Amino acid sequence: MATFLGINFFALFGQLLIGLINGSFYALLSLGLAIIFGLLRIINFAQGAMYMLGAFVALLGFKYMGMNYWVALLVVPIIVGLIGILIQRFLIRPIVNEDHLYSLLLTFGLALMIQGIFTHWFGSSGQSYPVPEALKGGMRLPFMYLPNYRAWIIVVSVLVCFSTWWMIEKTKLGVYLRAGTENPQLLQAFGINVPLIVTLTFGFGVGLAGFAGVMAAPVYSVSPDMGSNILIIVFAIVVIGGMGSIGGAILTGLGMGIVEGLTKYFYPEASATVIFLVMVIVLMIKPSGLFGKNA
Amino acid sequence: MRSRLVILFLLGLALAAPLVIYPVFLAKVLCFALFACAFNLLLGFAGLLSFGHAVFLGTGGYVTGWLMINSGLTPEIAIIAGTIAGGLLGAVFGKLAVKREGIYFAMVTLALAQLVFFLYLQAPFTGGEDGLQGVPRGKVFGLIDLADNQTMYYFVLAIFLAGFWLIHRTVHSPFGQIMKAIRENESRATSLGYDVNQYKWIAFIISAAMSALAGSTKTLVFELASLTDVHWHMSGEVILMTLVGGVGTIIGPLVGAGVVVSMQNYLSGGELGNYLNIIMGAVFVICVLSFRSGIVGQFNKFRRNNF
Amino acid sequence: MQFQKKALSTFVTGIVVATMAATVASTASATTDGKVKIGVLADMGGTYADLCGPGCVTATRMAIEDFGGKALGKDIELISADSQLKPDIASSVARKWVENEGVDVIGGLVSSAVTGAVTQVTNSSKNITLITGSGSNAFTSSACSPYIAHWTYNVVALANGTVKPMVSEGKNKWFFITADYVFGHALEAASMKIIEANGGETVGTVRAPLGTTDFSSYVLQAQASGANVVALANAGNDTVNALSAAAEFGLTDYMDIAGLLVFTPNAQAMDPDTAQGMRLTTGFYWDMDEQTRAWSARFEALHGAIPSMSHAGAYSATMHYLKAVEAVGTDDSDAVMKQMKLTKPDDFFARNATLRADGRMEHDMLLVEIKKASERKSKNDIYNIVEVIPGNKAYNPMLPSCAF
Repeated sequence: MATFLGINFFALFGQLLIGLINGSFYALLSLGLAIIFGLLRIINFAQGAMYMLGAFVALLGFKYMGMNYWVALLVVPIIVGLIGILIQRFLIRPIVNEDHLYSLLLTFGLALMIQGIFTHWFGSSGQSYPVPEALKGGMRLPFMYLPNYRAWIIVVSVLVCFSTWWMIEKTKLGVYLRAGTENPQLLQAFGINVPLIVTLTFGFGVGLAGFAGVMAAPVYSVSPDMGSNILIIVFAIVVIGGMGSIGGAILTGLGMGIVEGLTKYFYPEASATVIFLVMVIVLMIKPSGLFGKNA
Repeated sequence: MRSRLVILFLLGLALAAPLVIYPVFLAKVLCFALFACAFNLLLGFAGLLSFGHAVFLGTGGYVTGWLMINSGLTPEIAIIAGTIAGGLLGAVFGKLAVKREGIYFAMVTLALAQLVFFLYLQAPFTGGEDGLQGVPRGKVFGLIDLADNQTMYYFVLAIFLAGFWLIHRTVHSPFGQIMKAIRENESRATSLGYDVNQYKWIAFIISAAMSALAGSTKTLVFELASLTDVHWHMSGEVILMTLVGGVGTIIGPLVGAGVVVSMQNYLSGGELGNYLNIIMGAVFVICVLSFRSGIVGQFNKFRRNNF
Repeated sequence: MQFQKKALSTFVTGIVVATMAATVASTASATTDGKVKIGVLADMGGTYADLCGPGCVTATRMAIEDFGGKALGKDIELISADSQLKPDIASSVARKWVENEGVDVIGGLVSSAVTGAVTQVTNSSKNITLITGSGSNAFTSSACSPYIAHWTYNVVALANGTVKPMVSEGKNKWFFITADYVFGHALEAASMKIIEANGGETVGTVRAPLGTTDFSSYVLQAQASGANVVALANAGNDTVNALSAAAEFGLTDYMDIAGLLVFTPNAQAMDPDTAQGMRLTTGFYWDMDEQTRAWSARFEALHGAIPSMSHAGAYSATMHYLKAVEAVGTDDSDAVMKQMKLTKPDDFFARNATLRADGRMEHDMLLVEIKKASERKSKNDIYNIVEVIPGNKAYNPMLPSCAF
């Protein structure tokens, strides 16, 4: 074993890699939250439920319609996104002028309902979704055996996250989005359909969660509470990164995964708490978050 | 005078109720009612939505439970200790959280509570997933044995009334008036020279301590302290109770706690147990969409319009 | 004065209203009411639902029906509830049942944390518990009580059955992935004791929360530990998930995996290529002989899956309890428990069995091996029985302080 100064580097790198994989999911989910928050100023508490929904739609599609993984990867985010659009259009829009806390509570209630319905149908124990044939097996790296599918997760999540970031920061569509955040009335006056943009953005943010759900299905078992467990961590990540920042959400998500991996090696007992500890420290030093503008 | 009569009527009802209804159920309602009142102090009168209040409920419960098992103290001392512990934790969390507002405040409190949840999950003194089991109810002042459910209920009723009175006094004190002023217009309160964050912080501490009082009492009733009381679902439940009953009303949280606990009691154990979360979620959505002032709020409106 | 008078009358009215409601509402209580009511508290939809959930209710109902549906001349009542694997929920349901709904005996009970909370209530209310799903040996040692009958299995029997032969074969360096609650801790402790006593050593342990879905980081810790056996001191889906993570990261290629507690539904869920050849200890296997097959076929027709050992145990325990009630002619807990300990349980499940004075039901255990996919004749054909372990060799000796 390669040990130096009492550190077993094989084990350490292994944990770091696992951390990066978890971080990929954090990044996808916090990115979705950040996009929705950026335009609607609401925190979507149902983001975790949408992630779970993505995994379940993939699982059910596979079981009852033989939908394979690659199709699911394309179709499921669209289905979940459409559900998100319905939620935004018929439930969130009516209270858009109320205190934003109400939409937080509304999405919290929705999350409870969706999770409850799936628990009622499928029980709370997990179900497995097969790894696609093309990604079975793994590579023997010098320090660990890396299953191909896990490597795929990292590559695809990073690609999706950064192309989203590029789209928002560098394209014309992104300009509209950001303008809508700054001054919706003015944008409306230019003849842009702002409510439509808002609805589509919500759908896109939610669709990202659905996408993460499909990605997660083969590695984590598909269960109704898979979303609620990860959501609170993602909330902490959003607080750490700073709520307004798209890039911040991505970097913090990946970074916190790595921090978690490090902790798992050096002091595993703290691995569940470390992200929240980082959050407390960030709050004390920079209350608006690492990448946030001062609110 | 009319409201006094109402209160007396309710008090008579509360005294006679355990003759009819299973006292442990009633005691549970009162514990949650106190918890919801404490929460409402923050949401209804200071305009701060905490999404981590379960942590205070649970902390009170663990401290009281641990002391009852390990120290041989009498229950009233253990409850006071639990309340103080909750208040201290509230002081720390409050200091961190009141810097932020609105949604930020909600998320910061949620994440802080989750930090403590994981600490409790691993800390030896909480018993982890097993919880603290077999907490003795003990004898109040070393004299009154709480083993009997009815005696226990009256003890809980006394604690509830004390807590309720304290919250009521806080709301109607000059301090409470300033709180409301801050809720309505924070910058105005600041310009009048009030240290806004200081006021919010104190309200947070009182609310945390009263929540811990509720948790301490609940642990004695059920002879058990567990992670459920610290879980963020519990923080959601107390929001629901307050929302259903009526945010910012005095009686609302009490009504809300009664409704939600009865609903849970009725649904769990029966064939409908599976629907509990679905129904709770639906009630949430309905309340937010079209029933934002809650039962008591609606009732007050109705009374104002018709009498 | 006027106000005081009015206040007093309002106050009294409150009391009167409440008391009048008393005549409408009815409350039931008192345990020795001559009517047998059985409560089954189990995990209806969680991680352990397949082990002892709706199936434990079905098995208990079968026992009641086979008994004739009546005891002490009255219909036997059965109610059930979901413990959600949460001690506080289980505790409050149990309290409501025994204090307010006239339940005599509580069965089912999976997850030792839940069972611990329930027995706290039933021990002080003097109601019998028939533990059929959980495995901590505390219920017949540190937390023993005259009102507990612990059926099916416990962690000592698992460790004796599974761990001991492996250590004797020279697999001497163990790493534990342990469910982080009372059951996992107990199983880990019992196994470590046996490993040490037989000249092996434990090189590391890691605690995973109940219901963990991604075991990858635990598996990596096991990989780095230098052990030659990785013991899974968990149960239900946790075992299945841990095993699949071990296979995913190639651990199974060069380490042995010991599933310390595996129930039939979990064995069915495991990938046969990974699990084949794994040896484990169980209290019951459906395909042992004619008797077990006959009962299992009836159970499968009702439940839709073959019985796990907790299901069979729930039937056996309920039947033994009902026979004792009929024999003594009362539902008084002390008398019934005395009778239960006097007579030997004997049915398709309980072989060479006795209910010891400490409440431990000692019976033959089975050491089985998971079959290769090619050897399986049906999806239910999963084990080869390697050895029958006599009850007195499998279980922990009785403590004098627990001999009630």
